[in-house]
Amino acid sequence: MRIELTKRPQQSVLFSALSPFIALFLTMIAGGLLFATLGKNPFDALYFYFIDPLRETWSLHELAIKAAPLILIAIGLSVCFTSNNWNIGAEGQFVAGAIAGSLIPVLFPNFQMFLVLPMMLILGMAGGAAYAAIPAYLKVRFNTNEILTSLMLVYVAQLFNDWLVRGPWRNPEGFSFPGTVRFHEYAILPQIWPEAGRAHWGFIFALVAAVVVWFVMSRTLKGFEVRVLGQSPRAGRFAGFSSARMVFFAFLLSGAMAGLAGICEVAGPVEHLNEKISIGYGFTAIIVAFLGRLNPLGIVAAGLVLALTYLGGEAAQISLGLSDKAARVFQGMLLFFVLATDTLIHYRIRLAMNIRASAEGA
Amino acid sequence: MGVLEAILLTIATAATPLLIAAVGELVVERSGDLNLGVEGMMVMGAVTGFGMAYVSGSPWVGIICAIIAGALFSLLFAFLVLTLVTNQVATGLALTLLGLGASGMIGEAFIGLPGLKLGTIYIPVLSELPLVGKLIFSQDPIFYISIALTIAVMWFLFKTRAGLTLRAVGDSHGSAHSLGISVLMVRYLAVMFGGACAGLAGAFLSLVYTPQWVENMTAGRGWIALALVVFASWRPLRVLAGAYLFGTITIAQLHIQAISLADLAFLPGPLFWIAQLVKSIPSQFLSSLPYLATVLVLVLISRNRRLTMMNTPASLGKPFVPSR
Amino acid sequence: MKKTLLTLAASAAFAAMASTAASAATKACFIYVGPVGDFGWSYQHDQGRLDVIEALGDQVETAYLESVPEGADSERALERFARSGCNIIFTTSFGYMDATNKVAGKFPDVKFEHATGYKRDHPNVSTYNSKFHEGRYVQGQIAAKLSSAGVAGYIASFPIPEVVMGINAFILGAQSVNPDFKLKVVWANTWFDPGREADAAKALIDQGADIITQHTDSTAPMQVAAERGIKAFGQASDMIQFGPETQLTAIVDDWGPYYIERVKAVIDGTWEQVDVWGGMAEGHVVMAPYTNMPDDVKALAEETQAKITSGEFNPFTGPIKKQDGSDWLAEGEVADDGTLLGMNFYVMGVDDKLPQ
Repeated sequence: MRIELTKRPQQSVLFSALSPFIALFLTMIAGGLLFATLGKNPFDALYFYFIDPLRETWSLHELAIKAAPLILIAIGLSVCFTSNNWNIGAEGQFVAGAIAGSLIPVLFPNFQMFLVLPMMLILGMAGGAAYAAIPAYLKVRFNTNEILTSLMLVYVAQLFNDWLVRGPWRNPEGFSFPGTVRFHEYAILPQIWPEAGRAHWGFIFALVAAVVVWFVMSRTLKGFEVRVLGQSPRAGRFAGFSSARMVFFAFLLSGAMAGLAGICEVAGPVEHLNEKISIGYGFTAIIVAFLGRLNPLGIVAAGLVLALTYLGGEAAQISLGLSDKAARVFQGMLLFFVLATDTLIHYRIRLAMNIRASAEGA
Repeated sequence: MGVLEAILLTIATAATPLLIAAVGELVVERSGDLNLGVEGMMVMGAVTGFGMAYVSGSPWVGIICAIIAGALFSLLFAFLVLTLVTNQVATGLALTLLGLGASGMIGEAFIGLPGLKLGTIYIPVLSELPLVGKLIFSQDPIFYISIALTIAVMWFLFKTRAGLTLRAVGDSHGSAHSLGISVLMVRYLAVMFGGACAGLAGAFLSLVYTPQWVENMTAGRGWIALALVVFASWRPLRVLAGAYLFGTITIAQLHIQAISLADLAFLPGPLFWIAQLVKSIPSQFLSSLPYLATVLVLVLISRNRRLTMMNTPASLGKPFVPSR
Repeated sequence: MKKTLLTLAASAAFAAMASTAASAATKACFIYVGPVGDFGWSYQHDQGRLDVIEALGDQVETAYLESVPEGADSERALERFARSGCNIIFTTSFGYMDATNKVAGKFPDVKFEHATGYKRDHPNVSTYNSKFHEGRYVQGQIAAKLSSAGVAGYIASFPIPEVVMGINAFILGAQSVNPDFKLKVVWANTWFDPGREADAAKALIDQGADIITQHTDSTAPMQVAAERGIKAFGQASDMIQFGPETQLTAIVDDWGPYYIERVKAVIDGTWEQVDVWGGMAEGHVVMAPYTNMPDDVKALAEETQAKITSGEFNPFTGPIKKQDGSDWLAEGEVADDGTLLGMNFYVMGVDDKLPQ
């Protein structure tokens, strides 16, 4: 017996709508089994995962904080991936953006006025974009594989940041602990609604970015260019598009978004630059980009769902003593099911009884 | 044992797990798949190897089980990517996430237990040779396996028909399919081989390198293995060279810190000055050297388009659906 | 499907009720930076939590969160703890300092205990740490007695004051026995990576060290020392199983007594803000049994330990010179806590340049 796929002539509308729910349903069953094996009531566990974090306002704010960097980065990556450029070094660009944006409050702490924050945000985007330009340049100029160069540069950025906050940028009053000075009030990203919770403007930026990028990708010539070059560089060239320029466009855009996420994280909830800011948002965002099917609006939903599993994992850990490891396994399962059910959108699946298949081995 | 001998031995130990995992991934990528789940498969191998060795009392049982566990775990990736044509990058990342979580759960019972260490093989007489004696003829068995594996993969890929088939699948799955080759079958086997190697590399960590189990003990080595494959432009011997180069930089960095300038006072002026300079470089910069070196090598090899075309599996990362 | 959803909803309602109808027990909550399975820092804190359960039984209920990153996530985790009815929250890593103080301001009725930090912005925040360097001094004496090369190797994590303090205490202890004793330091730049720690241990041994001590968390260096047939000191927990013929002693992070004391204070209503820096005297720094050494060395170690415990002796007592030869403490002068807690220089005899 084997599974055969037949390409659908066009995407299935039915399964486009249905597949996330099928995936969620399958995850709940598999997750329930997992929790039951661990001796926990599966219904309680699922409740804490998916419902408990949504019950209170403060928790919704926390959801927005956790989702903001994921969404910001994933939106940039969606353009990159759609154009067939594989930037998997967003984590490095996140760090580069955080460093560049911190230049002003760290080096010029006495320069305090309302202009500081906008300048930091711009510098953050510039830093992320500049760092992303390296793999882009290497790809265009030397045909170097961008997956690997962008990945390698992640480690370099992290180590450089580590050196900065332990060495030249270390807070002189911080008892020799790593980390820069605390940012002054003009360098802090304000909270949207401080009375209700601590969600900051990063989340608004993410939503705006999602709408803008969605519009550009689906309604403008640029979006068409991105898709054509992504699907067939040859066809793109015939249409007069330059794939070299596209490489830069995609990398600079995704780098700038990752850089913005970085500076928002530092100027937002963390309030200073330290060596612990890089906790894998850039990698998780790759998953978010695919969960959202590379569609900016889908990515907003995907980012929120993934953030929910982090919050839910904590709730289950506190209330049921379900370990952090179980939370990660559960996340992994969710991703697998989403990826697997997305196949239904593009393909018809049928089981074929076929003996020849096994005899055909390599 | 002289200092230099000891250093060489340490380098070999640091390089072996990278080499094994990278050689496995090389075969996977040569068949046209990019599996970013090496870290996840490796850590599953580490926990299985430790656990089964502990339960059975035999490190060899642990190693065999780790190999099987790595292969089975990679099947998950293979099923999604090959049968269900999911995105390879996302699936590989998900595999790593799952592996790190699952290994932590499985391993909870093994925390704080001293592990069993795989014995060393001494080859009489030869192991007494100066300098290389200890390095080549007095090692743990997996060291020999890693070298044999590299040579075997080289022979398989470039000297056998099956190897030719595998490369054909990686270069152009369309043509391979029209020649009647079962592309999916070849790729399934390649992915499982990669998983088995990652499992073995993990078992090396938990049974030889540091005989114990702790969560996340692979500490990013799976990612380095991935880099090595490209660093080596998909050539087994260059993977070997790359793994040892990486091991050398890692170990040298620690030695540079440990050595005292007073011990180097015998050096002639300029050399002493260089030593002083090297010692004053912040460790973060030394740590980033291997990554920068990989980028540099990538640039150097890819500048030569003909060379790249010859070695890069052209179908790498592209989905394949057999048409009937 | 429909039935499942109904059951789910019913069970959800039940769970919600169960969580509001909290029992009368005092709830103690712990937040860890690493996995409880690291067999090092976080593991020892979790052992402390288990001690609390054992000592106080039904009076207490506990919860923990592991592997919580020290950025934006820690504040959320703490707020969740505070809202879920925790009466006292132990935040067990330096990086939680700001989050602890912020959340403490919002929840004045919840007690917060922050390990290794120095900020106490609100009356409901205490800080606590242990004088592990007292144990390091004893280790230094043992090392100098037993080393035939006169060189020990020190695997360090990151150049923060606590680690620097430990290195200085070790060399001072060693010099009290052998003034020419040398100490080699390797910065592994990790708290926890068994492979890298093992490599660092090998490098130190290859460079001539014949005693290994570490300020990183894994048992790998102990195993390397055992393999090479030299002696070593354990860190964080008693690592004797990993080197039955290797471990001389270990500095055990025993948080249990402090945790029990503080949780009990909450139960009794006597909790007050404190800044505790407990050492051997308070029972916070515990030495694993002195093993694998001759009786006279053991006697010396026990004597020093007794002197430190009784307060008769402080490891940082002058005359002490800094690494560059300048004077730090005059004869009989004792270092003040402030200098120690921000320590960023070596004393004489350390063969390393402190990364700055």
